Amino acid sequence: MKDYAIEVNHVSMLFHLNKERVDNAKEYFIRLVTRKLSYTEFWALKDVSFKVEKGDRVGIMGFNGAGKSTLLKTIAGVLKPTMGSVRVSGVIAPMLELGAGFDMNYSGKENIYLYGATMGFSRKFIEEKYDEIVDFAELGEFIDAPLKSYSSGMKSRLGFAIATAVKPDVLILDEVLSVGDAAFKDKSEQRILDMMEDGVTVLFVSHSTDRVRKICNKAIILTKGQIVANGEVNEICDMYTEMVNSK
Amino acid sequence: MSAKKALTKHKDNFLKYRYLLKELVVKNIKLQYRNSVLGMFWTFLQPLLTMIVLSMVFSFVFGKGSDGVIVNYPVYLLSGRLLYDFFTQSTKRAMRSIRSNASIIKKVYVPKYIYPLSQVLSTFVTFLISLSVLAVVIAFFNIIGKDPVTITFNIVWAIVPVVILFIFCMGVGMFLATLNVFFKDVENFYDVITLLLFYMVPIVYSIDRLGIPQGSWQLRALKLNPLYGIIEMFRAAVLHGNEFTAFFSLHQLYYTVAAAVVTFIIGFVVFYKNQDKFILHI
Repeated sequence: MKDYAIEVNHVSMLFHLNKERVDNAKEYFIRLVTRKLSYTEFWALKDVSFKVEKGDRVGIMGFNGAGKSTLLKTIAGVLKPTMGSVRVSGVIAPMLELGAGFDMNYSGKENIYLYGATMGFSRKFIEEKYDEIVDFAELGEFIDAPLKSYSSGMKSRLGFAIATAVKPDVLILDEVLSVGDAAFKDKSEQRILDMMEDGVTVLFVSHSTDRVRKICNKAIILTKGQIVANGEVNEICDMYTEMVNSK
Repeated sequence: MSAKKALTKHKDNFLKYRYLLKELVVKNIKLQYRNSVLGMFWTFLQPLLTMIVLSMVFSFVFGKGSDGVIVNYPVYLLSGRLLYDFFTQSTKRAMRSIRSNASIIKKVYVPKYIYPLSQVLSTFVTFLISLSVLAVVIAFFNIIGKDPVTITFNIVWAIVPVVILFIFCMGVGMFLATLNVFFKDVENFYDVITLLLFYMVPIVYSIDRLGIPQGSWQLRALKLNPLYGIIEMFRAAVLHGNEFTAFFSLHQLYYTVAAAVVTFIIGFVVFYKNQDKFILHI
């Protein structure tokens, strides 16, 4: 029996789409009485199953609205699937959007502790990594300034530094390799490549077949919430290029 | 999965995120007064100043401030007001907590109850600090010798209503947080409810002075509110230590404990059953 890092078993995700968003009681009751409270059912994922072995780097490709982000969110534990189950073994580092847990009134230093805590790290762990994070984010004396005075590049650098401070078993990347300026971009790519050498399992969402070929060894194509292809990276990337051209 | 296994899973999850809980509580307290000149001192000043304003206004309305029923009007008012403030502030903040952390909840897995819980806890800490105002005001009246308040060992009983209130706030907070995710009107509506509550609970007046006949439905309706019993028990311990048994009713204790626990369970179940749907609405 093989050792799997991620097991996705028959995952389906149903969304109720309203024509308009009903978020106040008046609207709700009017619609309830006039029976206009009808939804359009939309399956963002339909019976998706796949397994990722430890150390595999899987590229997830698909057109807009194919369900890539929904799939990542179910694996990260943010969304609970309507049907099916997801099992992840080990520490998972979701980098869906860097800096989502920041507080703008807090200083950089305070945010390191807050963001680390949001990712489920202990205080001791963050203290150990603190210098490394500040160093990597290249914030220098700005670390004590409130975050609202930071540039967006500084924020994402800090977010990236904290998120990758942990040595995760599973890394989820949603096209976030482009962080900061060119120099920092190289540095962050290098860090992710280092992690891969250490045998981290990677899920990488991208539209760029070049990137996927460079980073991944396996790939999946999602179309309308279903897996249409799953296999070796070059084979799948060729298929994807063909799909794009024939569209 | 067996119930025991599920319970250990939740416990492990809580232990993993207890540092986040602490960080959030500290953050709420720290940011409340950041950039204000007087900073944390507002925790003392705010209740003190409102007490002075309300004492002036209501002793004017009601004629003389203190009489046989109310030992010391400013202390009476302040004790009720502090508990009421804790209730309204904590439940209001808990109510908004899921919506205001939407950006995090949408992107990272975090046990969601952490947010209302951290709001109630941080308000609780400021409440405990603000209780020192009560001590200062009592000391002030005892020193000047006007309407002195006899403090006895019975004051330790004040912990009981405070604990009950905490459980009650947590239940109401989780319930409102859930409701607020689906209907944003709740925020506006609740503002009016808390205003009504301010006059329904004897904070500025004593229920005996309303002139409602004993045993009437109006009086029963007022006493049905758990906040009534909680505030009365607190006052019995603080203001009536020397005649504690006459003021502290066991009947009230049982009723408020039952009401708080039931409210907590309802709030918890409603929150728990709906938490997976939050992300689709925020």
